[in-house]
Amino acid sequence: MKSFTYERAETPVEAAASAARSPGARFIAGGTNLLDLMKLEIETPMHLIDVNGLKLDKIEATPDGGLRIGALVSNTDLAADARVRQDYGVLSRALLAGASGQLRNKASTAGNLLQRTRCPYFYDTNQPCNKRMPGSGCGALEGFSRQLAVVGVSDACIATHPSDMAVAMRALDATVETVRPDGETRRIPIADFHRLPGDTPHIESALMPGELITAVTLPKPIGGTHIYHKVRDRASYAFALVSVAAIVQPDGTGRVALGGVAHKPWRVESAEAQLPDGARAVSERLLADARPTHHNEFKLTLVQRTLAAVLAQARG
Amino acid sequence: MKFETAAGENPIDRQQVVGKGVDRIDGPLKTTGTATYAYEWHEPVANVAYGHVIGSAIAKGRITSIDLTLARRAPGVLTVVTADNAGPLGKGERNNATLLGGPDIEHYHQAVALVVAESFEQARAAAELVRITYERVPGSFDLAAAKDTAKNPGKITGGEADTAVGDFASAFADAPLQLDAIYTTPDQSHAMMEPHASIAAWEGNRLTLWTSNQMIEWGKQDLAKTLNIPAENVRLISPYIGGGFGGKLFLRADALLTALAARAIGRPVKTALPRALMINNTTHRAATIQRIRIGADRDGKIVAIGHENWSGDLNGDSPESGVRYSRPLYAGANRMSATRLASIDLPEANAMRAPSDMPGSMTVEVAMDEMAEKLGMDPVEFRIINDTQVLPEQPERSYSQRQLNECLIQGAQRFGWNRRAATPATRREGVWLIGLGVAGGFRDSPVTTSAARVRLDGNGMVTVETDMTDIGTGSYTIIAQTAAEMMGVPLEQVEVRLGDSSFPVSTGSGGQWGANSSTSGVYAACVKLRRSVAQKLGFDAQQAVFENGEVHQSGRRIALREAAADGDIVEEDTIEFGDLDDRYKLSTFASHFVEVAVHSATAEVRIRRMLAVCAAGRILNPKTARSQVIGAMTMGAGAALMEELAVDTRYGFFVNHDLATYEVPVHADIPHQEVVFLDETDPLSSPMKAKGVGELGICGVSAAVANAIYNATGVRVRDYPITLDKLLGGMPQAV
Repeated sequence: MKSFTYERAETPVEAAASAARSPGARFIAGGTNLLDLMKLEIETPMHLIDVNGLKLDKIEATPDGGLRIGALVSNTDLAADARVRQDYGVLSRALLAGASGQLRNKASTAGNLLQRTRCPYFYDTNQPCNKRMPGSGCGALEGFSRQLAVVGVSDACIATHPSDMAVAMRALDATVETVRPDGETRRIPIADFHRLPGDTPHIESALMPGELITAVTLPKPIGGTHIYHKVRDRASYAFALVSVAAIVQPDGTGRVALGGVAHKPWRVESAEAQLPDGARAVSERLLADARPTHHNEFKLTLVQRTLAAVLAQARG
Repeated sequence: MKFETAAGENPIDRQQVVGKGVDRIDGPLKTTGTATYAYEWHEPVANVAYGHVIGSAIAKGRITSIDLTLARRAPGVLTVVTADNAGPLGKGERNNATLLGGPDIEHYHQAVALVVAESFEQARAAAELVRITYERVPGSFDLAAAKDTAKNPGKITGGEADTAVGDFASAFADAPLQLDAIYTTPDQSHAMMEPHASIAAWEGNRLTLWTSNQMIEWGKQDLAKTLNIPAENVRLISPYIGGGFGGKLFLRADALLTALAARAIGRPVKTALPRALMINNTTHRAATIQRIRIGADRDGKIVAIGHENWSGDLNGDSPESGVRYSRPLYAGANRMSATRLASIDLPEANAMRAPSDMPGSMTVEVAMDEMAEKLGMDPVEFRIINDTQVLPEQPERSYSQRQLNECLIQGAQRFGWNRRAATPATRREGVWLIGLGVAGGFRDSPVTTSAARVRLDGNGMVTVETDMTDIGTGSYTIIAQTAAEMMGVPLEQVEVRLGDSSFPVSTGSGGQWGANSSTSGVYAACVKLRRSVAQKLGFDAQQAVFENGEVHQSGRRIALREAAADGDIVEEDTIEFGDLDDRYKLSTFASHFVEVAVHSATAEVRIRRMLAVCAAGRILNPKTARSQVIGAMTMGAGAALMEELAVDTRYGFFVNHDLATYEVPVHADIPHQEVVFLDETDPLSSPMKAKGVGELGICGVSAAVANAIYNATGVRVRDYPITLDKLLGGMPQAV
């Protein structure tokens, strides 16, 4: 770990402005991912801005009947919130499928969105990785890629985004609220928040330098049956091979987002029109441009079968 | 004491303390965090500096340059140890690759430097400033590709690499029913909680090393040899060990580099191996490819059994061979086995819990299941009718005790085996396919020389000292129980001191020899102490009874402590074993039963119930023995379902080198476990009449899981681990 300077920010704008002044600075909230990465010198920030004092830890109703989740709300608190459990069950279930109780107590909402891939080549600084060291190549593409992405991939990167929470938020059409160093705020639809790797896999989100997430808002509830099915190699405390977040209405229409298959939560709205036709039709559209490796092509079958199980469960 | 004939009745048979499921006597220290693990000797070692290990970035080749300039200038740095400045080093008997690499590199993450600084953080930060350039050379990293280059290693543990009895080829060809299948088991990691760690301090030319090591004497000898100093100048201290599983049997880089650094700076140094280095820097269980052929006649008798095993190791050093499991276990007149070993440039392979027998049980017990199905026979019944009480290759040599059939029969009853559907993939509960599986379990129970010292003081306290280790197994407790039983005192009157090379040399912890051998050494020392006490108090040592803190004979009673009223009595002895282990085969047996549920759409496997029935001689402490077995069952479940070191065959390293990516079972994977020990004593094993259970507990578990998955799904997977991707193709149609 490299030495770094540290400050506690008092307001969101101050935090953003400070970050803009210190290139390579990182915000730190729960630190469940950042500190690990710093110890391994995968992340080497010269300056840390502690945002835990920003009072962004409330869950509030919005005027249009939705919910505004402060950036610092812990994963535990968000999963346990009565309104979330009542109206956004897919989000609560996704959160509880992730990490462990101890990690969820520390992990924040914004930090969860910004967590970085668990690709083993990203984690080993002896190995090439375009995300960790742009231009060094991708060790995973022809290496051990069982966990990695099958769709939306590029020749530069096949990493996945590891979040469960974000997959549910994608299905819920959440919006990410931010503040910039100049005090301007903006609202980024979650669909546009995470990026595909392309030639620049080290750029993972739509955030500009210094820009700070202040909240995530959920639109008013849409009802339906909320299911999050996470498939992994052990029963708990593992990242998804494939996960399916689904909201299915009584008439068979609904929404589906996937985790564990792409560099971002994966949702194709046009595929959802085929939900009444069953899992195969939806999966084929969802994964139309898939480019799996020999190690992870099973994910294509697994997506379809998991979706089939989810739709069967939704039908009751 | 020489143990050369079957044990007669002795004080242990009273079982007033031995055989009771008492709590661990070291439990309070561990649950309150006050047991001093290797990295935690804060008080005895002052002014300590911190080491951080740098591992090689390549698997095979050479270091072309090391630039230490920046690192040496970094804040707090005291020294950087490399092969260039370490001076001439010898090599221990038991490590394969050199522990401090350079200029030649033998494997990925081989230690190439230790950066030492005033603080851990400074050492770690400075380590990133060491500039190393390498020249990579091609290596052999793929066992499947290297299989055809594998050689006959001559001897393997347990005999010749090639064995033959009768005429296997003809008998197999003529058998009415045949199985010929290839199985694979992957490289696996010990993945214990406590990383390898050491603190070294020199006083003149004498070294004290606080470390985490299962075999104190091996560690001491190999460290002295590597440092080119006399063994008597080395003291190892390792009283608490946070898991080993074979990964801490040997001297490793943390110990050597820390000792070198402490000598270089004239100050104590401590080093823990970072988790990310553990898997490629230390040892692992090697992958195997196994071909098993079984021929049987129609009534289920095995007439031919053949087992071939391929594995690889760095420098072609030592094999991991499943044939060790099949050769003695099931009957059959015509037999062959062959072991072949390839030279592979992956990190060195070595012992992990039940070496050879674990990968052997993973495959042989599946082959037995497959053969039973071909016969249309229940797999429990198939095993029972192929039982043997003698070694199939050596019929004049019998097992000292063999209750495998009893384990199977009792297990089947307890588990409700009759509820198993004979036809696979026919039992369903909602979305879950339900299956039951069985396997036999077998592991030898070796005995080795072990010494102990016992002291009686004027308060009636008995103190035991031996360099035996407790790697979480319960050694402290069973040794205390042994001494308490022998001296007739309550458990609280016994103090046990372990894991220090200044104590008499014990058997150590490995190969499930520790419990039986080390307590036998304590037994021997206590026999001597009883003799001295009897003499002192005027009793006949043969006739006197030691109980309730007293010695009595013919109505005369004297408190035990009186014997030490005018000074402690100290006795030391060594148990040495004669040839009973050659005349008989000392082994342990088990049956394993598993129920699984497999998700019909996603093929996720969930274990529902596990049962082990074990026959392993006298169980010294049913509570600690049960802990050993349920831990082993958990590890066996991991081997069945998830554990695999993924090899990058281009760059030659294990890719998933941390606990996030090398998955082992979590609580949610292991819902219900039951362990039954058959009531058994084995007078041929030792005066304790005991055996080991820590490795028995893992042998057969994975196969029972695999067989249950087959029973649930009808999909036979012969390549471990059985991850869902290998099942998906055979699962029912998903809607």
